[in-house]
Amino acid sequence: MHMADALLAPAVAATMYVASGTAVGVSIHKLKKDDEPQKLPVMAVTAALVFAGQMINYTIPGTGSSGHMCGGMMHSALLGPYAGFLSMIVILAIQCLFFADGGLMALGANVWNMAFYGCFVGYFLIWRPIMQSRWFGAGKGAQRARIVAASIIGCIVTLQLGAFSVVLETSLSGITELPFGAFVALMQPIHLAIGLVEGLITSAVLLFVYESRPELLQCVEPAEGGSSRRSLKAVVAILAVVVLVVGGGLSLLASSNPDGLEWALFGNAEEGYAENMGLDEENYGVESAAAETAGAIQEKTSFLPDYAFADNDAAVGTTVSGVVGSAMVAGVAILICLAGGFFRKKRQSA
Amino acid sequence: MNKMQKALHELAEMDELAARSSPIHSLHPAAKLIATIAYILVTLSFDKYDLSGLVPMLLWPILLFQISGVELRSCFYKLRIVLPLVMAVGLFNPFFDKEIVLRIGPAAVSGGVVSMLTLMLKGLYCLMASFLLMATTPIDNLCAALRQLHVPKMLVTLLLLTYRYVGVMTGELAIMTEAYHLRAPGQKGIHISAWGSFLGQLLLRSMDRAQELYASMLLRGYHQHFHYADIKPFRRRDALYLIGCVLVFALLRYGKIAQLLGSAIVR
Repeated sequence: MHMADALLAPAVAATMYVASGTAVGVSIHKLKKDDEPQKLPVMAVTAALVFAGQMINYTIPGTGSSGHMCGGMMHSALLGPYAGFLSMIVILAIQCLFFADGGLMALGANVWNMAFYGCFVGYFLIWRPIMQSRWFGAGKGAQRARIVAASIIGCIVTLQLGAFSVVLETSLSGITELPFGAFVALMQPIHLAIGLVEGLITSAVLLFVYESRPELLQCVEPAEGGSSRRSLKAVVAILAVVVLVVGGGLSLLASSNPDGLEWALFGNAEEGYAENMGLDEENYGVESAAAETAGAIQEKTSFLPDYAFADNDAAVGTTVSGVVGSAMVAGVAILICLAGGFFRKKRQSA
Repeated sequence: MNKMQKALHELAEMDELAARSSPIHSLHPAAKLIATIAYILVTLSFDKYDLSGLVPMLLWPILLFQISGVELRSCFYKLRIVLPLVMAVGLFNPFFDKEIVLRIGPAAVSGGVVSMLTLMLKGLYCLMASFLLMATTPIDNLCAALRQLHVPKMLVTLLLLTYRYVGVMTGELAIMTEAYHLRAPGQKGIHISAWGSFLGQLLLRSMDRAQELYASMLLRGYHQHFHYADIKPFRRRDALYLIGCVLVFALLRYGKIAQLLGSAIVR
């Protein structure tokens, strides 16, 4: 789900930076108020661990494929929302800076899509309410069931929100020509499956932590009482059924109403296009306005000020010069490379 | 070599590149950071059909790669992660945007193809720029620069500490994975029975380690403030570099270099 720089327009990237920056400010303020300096190394070590843990492949039984985790929910369950959020940011920054996974300009958007939902929505709306509720009764078994339920629901919901935000940000940037509805129908079901697997992995790790060191988990009191494994299995089974039903329903809904996709693919593409691409309409409007001044021949179809049609002589000139010029730039780039290599060799031999 | 060892190798490679010396390496990290951000913003601001405007933007990173002596090869290796994602989004453009916008001889090029190419070029350029920043700036210096630019202390310290421990944790997990696979040959990943305990064991040990780490930091006089070894002053050449970069970007953005060059030959 890491977005590259190329997928964002500067305005969208800046907006997401502001949004994420605000959340960072609030988190730092809260952590400072709590005054827990010893949290810093714990945050760093947990972040480093989750970073490395993302590279482990977990075999998904019965499918032959494998999944991995992303870590937002795990962070908020272990560190709380504010510290977890900052740790996730640092992970995303390291991935972006050293592994080219997500762009530098897109970092604000990536923080929002992956860290904000996972830590804040995941903690305040899912983890804390579920852990403090009396779901599945009292006792250790019920506590385990609550951990599993919160992990799975949390991962699925926060990943769905993240995937939807990716679609929204890309579409608002006017990057993809894929209609909004079709893009959503493509992204959401995939992330439903990913979220389920991630939820299962997260719950497995958190259950292990609960068994050995329950005090490490947020909002969890070490419960006394006998454990009943049956309730745990029942929870997983119920959740699996719920996910299948909801997932199937959502995909059906999405595929029975792919207005944008069908329209653009099978309908009258020329006429329906501008109306169909609600988000890109403005963009097209601006471009065609610019083209109007360029000439009558270009007016109908051109939305390119720089390129033009074959039957317009002047336009051919600019097109050809654009292509030739680009080729020359490429030539210059190669020359720079050659010169750099030449001088390096010279220096080495000297 | 498993995934984690590869990641460790990549990290070490970046550190090695950043530790070299060149005119670019010796620039103030804040100047490099601001110039990189400016370059990415200018690159992203090009219209999705402005292919000929975008091409000359290549010259800046290429020139810096040559001056800094960083190999282009190591940068392109990282493309394998980014380009497929950008392509996946851009690949739909040719199907939806079939308007013919350009003819090169008998071949007609649609708007979708042009916008797909600009998307890929933008991805390539932005990656080259941020790679160049990291390959010429050690993380300590970058963090010092971030502090000078008033990025919150907590975030910067966390970044430094995490970066320090990413290597340790990844190494540890690489050993664990290796050991697991030696005992479970032919198995693709971690079996479901070990999902929780595999990472959980390390997590518990690491939490204790973090507490010890904090205690040792306190013993060495840590009081929520890091001292960066060499914060360089912002010299005149750094300012000149920054001003030069902005001027070059403005020229590349509004100068229509490719068309000027082309028309000099075509006409």
